[in-house]
Amino acid sequence: MDFVNAIILLLNYIIVPALSYGSQLALGAIFVTLIYGILRFANFATGDMMSFGTMFAVLLTWYFQSLGISLGVLPTALLTIPFAIIMMILYMLTIDKFVFSYYRMKKSPSVMLAMVSIGVMFVTQAIVRIIIGPFDRRFFDGERFILKANEFKEMTGLNEGLTIKSTQVLTIIITAIVVSILFWFLNKTKTGKSMRAYSDNEDLALLSGIDPKKVVMITWMIAGILATIGGVLYGLDKSFKPFTYFNNMLPIFAAAIVGGIGNPFGAFLGGYVIAFSEIFITYAYKKFFMYVLPESMEPNSLIQLLSTDYKFAVSFSILVIVLLFRPSGIFKGKVL
Amino acid sequence: MKQYANVVTAYLIMIGLIILVGVFQSWNIALAILNFCLISAVMTMGANIQWGYAGLINFGIMGFTALGGLAAVLISVPPVKEAWQVGGLSMLFCLVIIVLIVFSVRYVLKNFKNAKRKNIYVAAIIIAGLIILRIISGPAIDSIEAVEPAKTGFLGGLGLPIIFSWIAGAFFAAGLAYIIGKIALGLRADYLAIATLLISEIVIAVIKHEDWLARGVKNVIGLKRPVPYEVDLQSEQWFINLVAKWNSGTLDLISTTTEKQAALAQLVIESSSVFVKLCYSGLFIIVVAILLIVTQKALYSPWGRMMRAIRDNEEAANAMGKNVVKQHLLIFVLGSAIVGIAGAMMVTHDGLFTPGSYRPLRYTFLIWVMVIIGGSGNNFGAVLGGFAVWFLWIEAAPIALFLINFFTHSLAETNAFKLHLIESVPYFRFLMMGIGLLLIMRYRPKGILPEKIIKQ
Repeated sequence: MDFVNAIILLLNYIIVPALSYGSQLALGAIFVTLIYGILRFANFATGDMMSFGTMFAVLLTWYFQSLGISLGVLPTALLTIPFAIIMMILYMLTIDKFVFSYYRMKKSPSVMLAMVSIGVMFVTQAIVRIIIGPFDRRFFDGERFILKANEFKEMTGLNEGLTIKSTQVLTIIITAIVVSILFWFLNKTKTGKSMRAYSDNEDLALLSGIDPKKVVMITWMIAGILATIGGVLYGLDKSFKPFTYFNNMLPIFAAAIVGGIGNPFGAFLGGYVIAFSEIFITYAYKKFFMYVLPESMEPNSLIQLLSTDYKFAVSFSILVIVLLFRPSGIFKGKVL
Repeated sequence: MKQYANVVTAYLIMIGLIILVGVFQSWNIALAILNFCLISAVMTMGANIQWGYAGLINFGIMGFTALGGLAAVLISVPPVKEAWQVGGLSMLFCLVIIVLIVFSVRYVLKNFKNAKRKNIYVAAIIIAGLIILRIISGPAIDSIEAVEPAKTGFLGGLGLPIIFSWIAGAFFAAGLAYIIGKIALGLRADYLAIATLLISEIVIAVIKHEDWLARGVKNVIGLKRPVPYEVDLQSEQWFINLVAKWNSGTLDLISTTTEKQAALAQLVIESSSVFVKLCYSGLFIIVVAILLIVTQKALYSPWGRMMRAIRDNEEAANAMGKNVVKQHLLIFVLGSAIVGIAGAMMVTHDGLFTPGSYRPLRYTFLIWVMVIIGGSGNNFGAVLGGFAVWFLWIEAAPIALFLINFFTHSLAETNAFKLHLIESVPYFRFLMMGIGLLLIMRYRPKGILPEKIIKQ
């Protein structure tokens, strides 16, 4: 019985939260990696673009709520995602037309484009804060929990409760759907293949008749979808605050690089690597060992490898280690 | 002289703008802006050395600034004797262990050939070392933090004059830069940017949460000053006389003695804070001038030419027998040291150290906007960028307010749209920075004062 309790403990505090956090990171990391692989620059506006898309979802959710439209047990925000995606894609294409395309035509070095993306970051951040303000916004409605700790305890008779939030399940399911459609698109369709060819060898792709404008446009569209969905899922699970989104850029970058930048599958897994290591290393295992070990060996300290204050630092240290030993990432991306 | 014409005009415009603020708002605000302009100028010089001379992207400026600030605390705060008694020895012992770990790792890296075994040994040494550190430092940290947690709760510093921290800050930052450089300089440009950004976040996390070092987010306040205090000045006779003499014109207009006394007292209070700020400005101008002379000399020395050669064509420079890796490391360390000086200067000026306030937007990206707008590769440009961007950053809110009122003057005062815009005035500074950066990168990619190559 103790062993089952220990497993439930891990599920409740490590595996479920890490899976949902990892999914949110994974969506962002695929966004970063696609932009890096096809448009060839590190996009420092990642976090703010995600907050831009989420902002529309938040505003529309409020509007729908005022109209009385809702999805019942599901959050209303799901209904607003398609509209938010459209706004996001329009914004991205506008930015690309007025800002990025000029440097792409001139074949500027990628550092230049990264600097330009910092300008875009400032502008996007300003727009988001001017429209919706810098404060914490909650826009979740519907059923909060699928499984509550008390119910679980009554159901199974175990000591440990298992809480599953509906947003966590939603995050995992939606990520799985989006990512599988994306991989199907990249691997099986002609457009997807042309994108991969363009990422692999630009000149050769151009020679074989691939239209660069179309590739760039589709990349931004996919990026818009990923950014908005990732942002909305994160906002539903925690809350929407522009500053947090800006900060999330850092673990997202870490995930993309750890997975091998330019490699979407690597980025997907990288998100989970970062999320799991952050939570694994900062979790206090005292209770776990109390269940597993016999009473005489019970630990009296917290058995925590690092305090939770260092949550961010963990993912960055992993990044440094990966950079040292495998600069191209765990799953071979572009060699940098 | 002709080639310096645009430099001189640009600086005159900048000084004119600051004087305008002094005349229309107040001299206190103008001097505060000037002081922070000077601090920003030092930071931009550091970033410019790395980016403009050598093409290295350092997005870790925030981390080096914070280390400079940490140096200010560790140098100037008097040591907390009780804390040293309860935990000082263990902490020193920890330091010895860290040194031992570093040396044993170096020994393994040098003397073992088998790559796989080497990695395992290094990992084993580090993990074992960390566990020992945890065991020794844990109780010591607890007891240090328990010493009057509301006031101290940390080891304190050396109790030296704070001005020394400007040098110590440079060394702190240089030390970190050496480690980062060893790890990350081999990476390609945008990778280096991301790596330094993340490492600077780790530095901030450590400073924030290691309370025994500098009280963490509980902040250190009331640091010693290198310049007199306002309160002391206000009671000094020579200062009152000076104020009276300076303002004799306005004072003479007042007829009654009591009113004159009151006006003089008010003037003394105002001028004391202006005087203190002026003292800081003087100190900062000395630093900026020294750095400008040194960096300018370096830029046009053979060493500077070599750096430009490495920046423009690494392979060719390598083929000419220049050690690219070594020079990159050197310039990374030098630039970061200058940023460290700026960090110490800033904490000295504020008189407090608040680790929670170090954010990448303000301390990394804004500095980069300054370098790009001012003109990378040109020291005068970098300094000008620091001045112009900081000025805009502070004055953005009044400018935005003016523009909003101008464009919405036809709308009623209670119009929701207008009120919302006025409420979000503080965020227009981000918009201005972003648009400014984008415009400069598009139409003047070399900055306001572009790099000049003097041919001999």
